[in-house]
Amino acid sequence: MTSPGNSVTADPVVERVDVEPVNAAEKRSLYQKRRKIFPRKARGRFRKLKWGVLAATLGVYYLLPWLRWDRGPNAPDQAVLVDFPGQRFYFFFIEIWPQEIYFVTGLLIVAALALFLVTSIAGRVWCGYTCPQTVWTDLFIWVERLIEGDRNARLRLNDAPWSAQKLRKRILKHAAWLVIALCTGGAWVFYFADAPTLARQLVAFDAPLVSYIFIGLLTFTTYMLAGHAREQVCTYMCPWPRIQGAMLDRHSLLVSYRAWRGEPRGSHKKGDSWEGRGDCIDCNSCVVVCPMGIDIRDGEQLECINCALCIDACDEVMDKVGRPRGLIAYDTVAGLETRTAGAASRPRFVRPRTIVYALLIAVAGAIMLVALLSRSDTDVTVLRDRNPLFVKLSDGNVRNGYTVKILNKQNRPRTFSLSADGLAGAGLSIVGDDDLSVAVDADALRSIRVYVTAPGDGASVADFSLTVSDVADGAVYRHATTFRRAR
Amino acid sequence: MAPQNGRKSEPPTTGHEWDGIREYDNPMPRWWLWVFYATIVWSIGYWIVMPAWPHISGYTGGVLGYSQRAKVESQIQRNLEAQSVYLKQIADKSLPEIQADPDLLAFAAAGGRSAFAVNCSQCHGSGAQGAPGYPNLNDDAWIWGGSLNEIAYTIRHGIRNGGTDARDSAMPAFGRDEILEPGQIRDVVEYVVSLSGRPVSADAAGRGAEIFKEQCVACHGENGQGNKEFGAPNLTDDIWLYGGDRAAIQASVHNSRRGVMPGWKDRLSPETIKQLTVFVHSLGGGE
Repeated sequence: MTSPGNSVTADPVVERVDVEPVNAAEKRSLYQKRRKIFPRKARGRFRKLKWGVLAATLGVYYLLPWLRWDRGPNAPDQAVLVDFPGQRFYFFFIEIWPQEIYFVTGLLIVAALALFLVTSIAGRVWCGYTCPQTVWTDLFIWVERLIEGDRNARLRLNDAPWSAQKLRKRILKHAAWLVIALCTGGAWVFYFADAPTLARQLVAFDAPLVSYIFIGLLTFTTYMLAGHAREQVCTYMCPWPRIQGAMLDRHSLLVSYRAWRGEPRGSHKKGDSWEGRGDCIDCNSCVVVCPMGIDIRDGEQLECINCALCIDACDEVMDKVGRPRGLIAYDTVAGLETRTAGAASRPRFVRPRTIVYALLIAVAGAIMLVALLSRSDTDVTVLRDRNPLFVKLSDGNVRNGYTVKILNKQNRPRTFSLSADGLAGAGLSIVGDDDLSVAVDADALRSIRVYVTAPGDGASVADFSLTVSDVADGAVYRHATTFRRAR
Repeated sequence: MAPQNGRKSEPPTTGHEWDGIREYDNPMPRWWLWVFYATIVWSIGYWIVMPAWPHISGYTGGVLGYSQRAKVESQIQRNLEAQSVYLKQIADKSLPEIQADPDLLAFAAAGGRSAFAVNCSQCHGSGAQGAPGYPNLNDDAWIWGGSLNEIAYTIRHGIRNGGTDARDSAMPAFGRDEILEPGQIRDVVEYVVSLSGRPVSADAAGRGAEIFKEQCVACHGENGQGNKEFGAPNLTDDIWLYGGDRAAIQASVHNSRRGVMPGWKDRLSPETIKQLTVFVHSLGGGE
């Protein structure tokens, strides 16, 4: 725009045309359809290891609630039980009360640190072997293979038009998945109630509604995540692949394609020379066994879960063509570089990073252990009245009120006696109780009101201890508190 | 040799770069888009079923007619129904019977505590610790009596509030109404101070004792131990409602003290008064 009076020569008017080329980069679709993956069965040591881990983890998950553990007459006999109504967590010989939840917190901290350590040493082996998503997906793929056949048969079935046989196989497969999913959800609720009792209730449709809701929820998620979403969970939903980048470095073991050995790749006929070419015969076996559907030869990738099935597939091929194993292997970035330069390489497990993680685990574990060993089966807490702080009595004495809570974590009822020690002229009384003994039920908490009376002249704040002693075995539990008077 | 750690075709990047880190511009998974659409469909269903849109005089109630306010009210109603079992027992039983039943005692003390906070704490304090002129209910000194029945009577009818059944008594204003000379008042004060065992001038206390015998024993008793029938406080103990130093006692003798408390029988239900009684009795000084 030129304002009037400006002596600027006007540009020739050229109108801008609003048009875009049809092949502009922005025209790419913003969304990508999921490409179904049909992993072929792998054979080898890592596959065997994965079967072992699968059996062990699923075995623990499904059977643990049924394990019995004798705790005596006043406690449940289930080895692992989260008892929400009773506010207790039982784990074999350990019984945790709600205020001791820090043991669970500590366990989670140690577990997280252990995950960091394992990741910094061997990459995403948690993802590849033990993550529930991987384990159940593996199980579901096994079922799928059992019913529909291996990769090629499944591909054919997928492309085939609907027929009675396809329908039968599909129904069978989904039914089997649903049964597994149902068992998964079913096993979950047994951790929260006495398993045999709940099992009978579930069958008789007599169990609490919340059990059925949780079974339904976990049946749905197991069926969806392990049957349908699979690798999408790892690639798109799980935050852990993003976080673990911080734990990896040049010395972390990753499933790696040794390009220095494999390239240049190309097909190889029996009897051809191996001179001037790489060991990779470009058979794509590593790609077809991959549950994530990626090509490990493209290098480190977000999607790779370090499950090593491609190692098994490649080793099998290398055996067949008579080349040494290990074209794909667990190796480190540093190791790959060293080997590319022609030198031998061994992974470095002891590094500042792993030392720090190991030390942290040791410290957290030691704190937990000390706390666990020094934990008492009896707790006494004392709450001093704050309003009023003290009460002056007509005879000139002063009375302080306390709420005393005695936690009896033993499985037998106990009787305690109370006394006030270290306060001159102090008298003690329990509200609503004529003698100074308190009966506490087995595995229970009892709250009592206690009055301590002492002469009115004395320090405005006097330290003393309320002593609770077990009448039967004489065990003494002291609790330091204060007695207040007017200044 | 192919690039060692690179895909055959790198995905395009967004063009942003932070400290050498570039951001891949990968497409979103399609199912993610469908989940997003599903949440939109869900929200439309939610608008229909649940309260959602405000309008000028209210809001769309939704097919289910859900309301948090109604839910709270129904929960309160449910709790009141649960309480009614106890409240009925409290209405039916006598105070000692209530006290003897641990469940009922706990319920009554808790109900009494909340009623106390609403109705009584303004004068007696939130911890029932009292203030000058308002008795501490935690201690063992009671002006009108600290038994269950006496406490209940005091709460029901109050003190010096003009009600027909209210507790009533009137201490004379010995100075203001010129019943005693200032010098005599000083002597009486000296004697009263001596009653709680404090050192005094023997002459003045001796003169005061004579005046006390004439003027005060009728209510406060021969030895100054008080009389709960007239609400006359015990003068020999360590508890002083209006202060125990000479100036405070002198002010009391000169002007008289006539503390007032409202009666609650017309404002609170009999059950509430019973609960208040049990609560006050449980504070540590109940007789």
